[in-house]
Amino acid sequence: MLLHVHNVSKSFGGLQALNDVSFELPEGQILGLIGPNGAGKTTLFNVINCVYPPTTGRVTFRGADVTGKKPYDVSRMGMARTHQIVRPLSELTVRENVMVGACYGSHGHRLREAAQIADEVLAFIGLGERADQLAGSLNVAQKKRLELARALAARPQLLLLDEVLAGLNPSEVGAMVETIQHIRETGVTIIMIEHLMHALMKLADYVLVLEFGELIASGTPEEVTSNPAVIEAYLGDPKLAEGLMDSA
Amino acid sequence: MKDQQQSSVALPLPAGRAAYALGVWRNPGLWLVLAVVGLVGAYPIITNQAATREAIFTTLLSIALASSLNILLGYTGYVSFGHVVFFGLGGYLGMYLLNSGVGLPVAVLAGGMIAGLLAFLLGSAILRLRGAYFALATIGINEAMRTFISNFGPFGGPTGISLNFAVYKPYGGAAQALWLTYYSLLSLTLVAIVLSFQVKHSKFGLGLRAIREDEDAAEVMGVITPRAKTWAYVLSAIIPGMAGVLFFFKNGNIEPLDAFRLHFSIELLVMVMLGGQGTVLGPVLGAAGYQQLRGFLLTNPTFKDYQLVLAGALLLLIVLFIPAGAIGWLRARFPRLRRVLP
Repeated sequence: MLLHVHNVSKSFGGLQALNDVSFELPEGQILGLIGPNGAGKTTLFNVINCVYPPTTGRVTFRGADVTGKKPYDVSRMGMARTHQIVRPLSELTVRENVMVGACYGSHGHRLREAAQIADEVLAFIGLGERADQLAGSLNVAQKKRLELARALAARPQLLLLDEVLAGLNPSEVGAMVETIQHIRETGVTIIMIEHLMHALMKLADYVLVLEFGELIASGTPEEVTSNPAVIEAYLGDPKLAEGLMDSA
Repeated sequence: MKDQQQSSVALPLPAGRAAYALGVWRNPGLWLVLAVVGLVGAYPIITNQAATREAIFTTLLSIALASSLNILLGYTGYVSFGHVVFFGLGGYLGMYLLNSGVGLPVAVLAGGMIAGLLAFLLGSAILRLRGAYFALATIGINEAMRTFISNFGPFGGPTGISLNFAVYKPYGGAAQALWLTYYSLLSLTLVAIVLSFQVKHSKFGLGLRAIREDEDAAEVMGVITPRAKTWAYVLSAIIPGMAGVLFFFKNGNIEPLDAFRLHFSIELLVMVMLGGQGTVLGPVLGAAGYQQLRGFLLTNPTFKDYQLVLAGALLLLIVLFIPAGAIGWLRARFPRLRRVLP
């Protein structure tokens, strides 16, 4: 197992953001993570990549207990992520942004190698022409791609994608879905938080559903979308429920 | 794979990447800065004028200190209002050692080491603070250090330390020693510029700039932020510590109010901001420009009492209108200049 989440709970003051979440992730899979807004999906990511420690429970990555470690520790062990709200290093060029990933990721490349890797990754991700621009000058779709490029340049074994498709137009979504498939083909294991069910249906091998911090369902995309509990969870959010029905 | 690598060497690299393929020593920007500072620094030596030497001494000191501060302020994004503490502490230890019969080179090195050590010890504690809290802590440290030294017997308490005249003897008397201090400071300034350049163009520097832009994101990308910040702080402290020894050796005496002048710290901030934080050339130009202006104001009968008022007003104007400073503004306005203006 590449990643093992054991009985993880996380509370912020009185708010229980995660409650006794457990799952295992074998190598090479794409795991989808869905749930209504505020269900605790991003919190789960933040616990997995050690942005904050769980209140109780443990996280094991590549056989090592990483509970209580720092994000830079797991980054060096081969975990990379993107942020739902993009966090470009605005005053650095696009290339430099990606070089940070290559320099401080799992391989710890030197600057010169990192520059080469950055250019390769940027070409792969479709930002090659923007390499010398300041990251702050990109539009939102490009910044999302930059997030992904930075994560990829780290050459991770596990990639956490937090809503990389949100805010993209249909053709951009198509391109991104293709990109993610390519990434999987290179042997990277992926967990993705996503609201776009039709995209997730295409990509995910397995889906977990969170609601109010608890895992309420899991299974293949088909199983999950026909699960009454899941549909009910989404009823508070009619648009998402509709999306689920459509794709089922 | 091997073939691919070879063929990619033959292709011209994209302009922005070429900078990383070149060694830093082959970067024209660095040589440009070193040449200008070196020439200006050599001018009093060639013309043998003690008066110009004094003016340029002050400018070189500012350049060395501003370039060092820039490692923390410009590259890492941490505002230190108390950077003069390293200058003062280095100066104090140096003066104490000189009076105890230690040679100038050893005293200078010791000054740098004590400053670096202080930064290392403080760094792990106060670099957890961010933004205004860190800035406030640096002021507190400077004030605490001044109070401590004012009450510290071996360093002469409130009266400080005066050099025995005999200390200048091995260097050919006081007049000759002044020249020696000048050569040493010129070299130290050039070292400060090279250090600033090397840091900026290193993997370490890339990590620092990532911290400046978004510390949490940098951490997620794998930058070991506590370690990187501490080393940035240490590197930015060493040269001020060494320069402190040279300055007070030349001065002949040191006292708490001279060594830990808070407004000198603020003037350094103005210099870095004026020229452009985060660039190599910025603090150099900013320091030179600020000292020129200050020299003019101090000798001008109308303005001589208001030079600090002007420094404050200048800082306000910079922050409001050109937060990137002169070099930063040029780099943003003319992207082509990025390669020549480091």
